[in-house]
Amino acid sequence: MTTQHAEPFTTGRESLSSGASPAPGAIMAAMATDTKHSLVPSSGRLPSSWGLGDGQAIPWEYAPAPESRDIVTLKERYGLFIGGRDVPAQDGATFATVNPATEETLALVARGTAADADKAVRAARRAQTRSWGTLPGRERAKYLFRIARILQERSREFAVLESMDSGKPIKESRDVDVPLAAAHFWYYAGWADKLDYAFPGRVARPLGVAAQIIPWNFPLLMLAWKIAPALAAGNTVVLKPASTTPLSALLFADVCRQADLPPGVVNIVTGPGETGMALVTHPGVDKVAFTGSTEIGKRIAKGVAGTDKALTLELGGKAANIVFDDAPLDQAVEGIVNGIYFNQGEVCCAGSRLLAQESIVEPLIEKLKDRLSTIRVGDPLDKNTDVGAINSKAQLEKITELVASGVAEGAELYQPACDLPERGYFFRPTLFTNVAQSHRIAREEIFGPVLSVLTFRTPDEAVEKANNTVYGLSAGIWTDKGSRILEMVGKMRAGVVWANTFNRFDPTSPFGGYKESGFGREGGMHGLHAYVRLEDR
Amino acid sequence: MATRDKRPAGAAAAGRNGASRAVAARAQTVAAATTPARVEVRKTYKLYIGGAFPRTESGRSYLVSAADGAPLANACRASRKDVRDAVRAARGAFPGWAARTAMNRGQVLYRVAELMEGRREQFVAEVEAAEGLRAAAARTVVDRAIDRWVWYAGWADKITQVLGSSNPVAAPYFNFTIPEPTGVVGVVAPETSSLLGLVSRLAPPLVTGNAVVLIASELRPLPAVTLSEVLATSDVPAGVVNVLTGRKPELVPVLAGHADVDALDTWGVPDEMRMEVELLAADDIKRLSRRSTKVVEARFDWLDDAAAERPEWIAAFLEMKTVWHPIGG
Repeated sequence: MTTQHAEPFTTGRESLSSGASPAPGAIMAAMATDTKHSLVPSSGRLPSSWGLGDGQAIPWEYAPAPESRDIVTLKERYGLFIGGRDVPAQDGATFATVNPATEETLALVARGTAADADKAVRAARRAQTRSWGTLPGRERAKYLFRIARILQERSREFAVLESMDSGKPIKESRDVDVPLAAAHFWYYAGWADKLDYAFPGRVARPLGVAAQIIPWNFPLLMLAWKIAPALAAGNTVVLKPASTTPLSALLFADVCRQADLPPGVVNIVTGPGETGMALVTHPGVDKVAFTGSTEIGKRIAKGVAGTDKALTLELGGKAANIVFDDAPLDQAVEGIVNGIYFNQGEVCCAGSRLLAQESIVEPLIEKLKDRLSTIRVGDPLDKNTDVGAINSKAQLEKITELVASGVAEGAELYQPACDLPERGYFFRPTLFTNVAQSHRIAREEIFGPVLSVLTFRTPDEAVEKANNTVYGLSAGIWTDKGSRILEMVGKMRAGVVWANTFNRFDPTSPFGGYKESGFGREGGMHGLHAYVRLEDR
Repeated sequence: MATRDKRPAGAAAAGRNGASRAVAARAQTVAAATTPARVEVRKTYKLYIGGAFPRTESGRSYLVSAADGAPLANACRASRKDVRDAVRAARGAFPGWAARTAMNRGQVLYRVAELMEGRREQFVAEVEAAEGLRAAAARTVVDRAIDRWVWYAGWADKITQVLGSSNPVAAPYFNFTIPEPTGVVGVVAPETSSLLGLVSRLAPPLVTGNAVVLIASELRPLPAVTLSEVLATSDVPAGVVNVLTGRKPELVPVLAGHADVDALDTWGVPDEMRMEVELLAADDIKRLSRRSTKVVEARFDWLDDAAAERPEWIAAFLEMKTVWHPIGG
C-alpha cells in the first residue's frame, strides 16, 4: 500500500505548480486530434448485462449524497508537533495544502527546516532515554490502546479530513483507511509487553529514534503502519507526512495529546523532501523507514550508506493480476476493478497489469467495460463516489503523460462515459488493450486509475510476464483450481499474493516487496522486526 | 580466541628456508626429512564458477603468502568478467536450488561437513599457514567450521516454521506468510578468518536456497579454494556456490553494482570501501547484511557459537511472502 511520486523531495508548492510537464489539457487536446484514440469517452452505452439495450445513455442521474464537513474544524495555520508542543517552523515559513477536488487551499502548514528536524530528533531522543524507553511494555501498551480507541471515537472526523486533503472517496477513508489505522494501533499495542514471545531465544531492544517518511496515498494509515510498531517496541519517532497531505498527521498530534502520550514520543515535522532528507541523514537517528517511490527510496538508501542506521523501504510496484480461463469471471472483474481503481489507482500494490488467458480475453474485457460504465467519478465527499480526485496537479500530469504515451505507442484506449467535475484534479478510469510488454504503460508505475491488459496462453508464460519487472510488491491470481493457485503463489516474485481476491490489508498480515519494491515488512509479527535490535539472552 | 597466535619459530624458519613452500608440504615436513626425496605434486588454486574450476579469464595471478611471509602459492586474480560469469552461473542455479525440498538442502549441506571432515588435515595445514595459528588452534578452527555446517544444515527444514506465520486477519480469508530465498547473494568473505569466518557467512544464505557468488579473503584465499573443491564433490549443484579469489577493491564494486545480484553480505568489505559499496548497492535496492561499524572484523570471535550461529543471519537473505485466499463463498 505504498505510494509514490512527487514526494517527499518536492515541496507542496513545487508539486502543485505545472513545472516542466505539459498541462493535461494540452495533451488531451493533442490526443483528441487523433480520432481513433480520442480521450473523449468512447462509449456511453448501458452495460449490456443489464439487458436494457446497448448504446443508450444511462436514463437517470444520481442524487448527491455528500458527507457533512461540519465535523472537521480546520485551523488556518498548523505548526510542527515537537516535544508535545505546536511550534512554527524556525524561519516561520509555511506552505499551502490544497483540496485536490476543489483546488481550494485548506490551510497553511509549517515548512520544517533542517534545524526543525534537528529539534525534533533531539526531542525524540530525550523521550526515548527518559520516558518511553524505560517505561515497562505493559504501560506502553496502554498508551497504544488509548490511541486506537481515540481513533475509533474520532473516526468520522479523520475520514472527512482525509478525503478533503487527499481526494480519496469518503467511502474508502471511512471504511478502509481509518478503521485499519485504528486496528494497527490496537494490534501492536498488544505486542508491547510480549516482545519476548515474538523473538524466541532473543531479547528485543528498541533501536532508539526512528525517522519515518510517509506518502500521500494513505496518509493516516501509513502513519499508523509506521508509528504503531515503532512505539510498541520502545522507539520514539519523528514522522514526516507527505507535503500534499499533512492534515491527518497533524490531527493525530491532537490524538497523542488526548492520550497523554509523553511529550517527544511522537514528533511530526511537515515540509518538502529536503526536510525528509535532513531527518534521514541526521546522525541522531537510529532507524529510517520510508514508504514512497523507488526513485526516492534509492536516494534514501544512499543517505544511510556507511552508517549503522537500520533501514526499511516500501517502494513502488507494477503488479500483475493474472486471470486464468477457469476463473469465475464476475468475481474476477470485481477484483480487477478493486485492484486498479481503488483509491484512484494511487496504490503501490495496485493490480495495474491485467494478464488474461487468451481464451477468455474477449468476454473478460466486455464485462470490464460494462463494469467501468457504472463507476462513479467525482466529489470525494459524496458517499456514492467510487473514484475521487487525483492527489495533486503534478500527479494528474504524470498520469496524463503516461496515458498519452500508451496511445502513442499503439495501445488501444478505452474510457467510460462519465462527467468529470469542472474544478479539481480528476481522471477517468482508463483501460488499455493491445498492450505490449515493452510499452511504458506496462513497465512504469503510473499511480493512477489506468489498467494495462496483456494476454498469455500458458501458466509458464503468465509467470514469465508477471515477473518481468524490476518491481515485486504484489500479484493476483484468479482460478478455480487450488493446486494451480499454490503453484503460481510459489512462482510469483512478489511480497503479497492475493488469490481470488485483491487489495486486502490487515494489521496482522505482513506487507512489503521483493526486488526494487523495497525490503522489510510492515504488519504482523514481522513488522516488529524492523524496529528492534536482537540481543542474546 | 587465538587466531593471532604466532607460529612456532621452527616452522617459520622452515618456510623461510624455502625447503617446502607448498602448503601440502608443510604438513609433511617430518615425513619429508626421513624418506628419500619425492617431488611433491602441488595444487593449482583456481576459481570455482558454475561447477567448474577455470583459471581467471584474465590470465592473472597473485602470490599468496603465509602469515609469516613465506610464499604459499599463486592464486587467481579474478577479473570483472569472472564476477559477471559467476553471477550468471549463480542466477542459472538459483531456481533449481531454491526448488529442492528443505530436507534435501539440509542433507546436501550436511554432506559438506562430512567431506570437510575427510579433508581435515589439509584444511588444518592451510588455516595454520594462512592465519599463523599453532596446529592445535588451527584444528579447533577447522573442527568448528565443520560443526558450523552441521548447525546451519539443520535449519533448512525448520526456518520456515520459525519465521513463517499464519495470520488471523479480521475477515474471512486464510492468510499465511512464508519465507523464500532472496536470489543471488554476493558474499564478501571475512578477511581475517579464512575458513571459519567464511563458512559462518556462506552457510546462512545457502541453507534457504540462495545461490552465492563469494569473494574470498584477499590475503588468505587458499582455504576458500579448497572448500570449493569440497563443495564440488558434495552434491551442491553446480553454480550454487561460486568462489572468486583476487583483489577486493577490484572485485567487490563490480559485485555490488551488478544488477542481477539481489543481496550483499558486506562483512568482509574493508572499512575504507564500505561507503562506495553501499552507494552502489542502493542503486537497485540490494538487501545488505552489514557488519556494525562498531565491530572490528579482525577481532570478531568466530569460535563463539552464540555470536556466529544466528538465525537472523539466515533471515537477512529471505523474503517474506504473504498469501491471501477467501474462505467460503
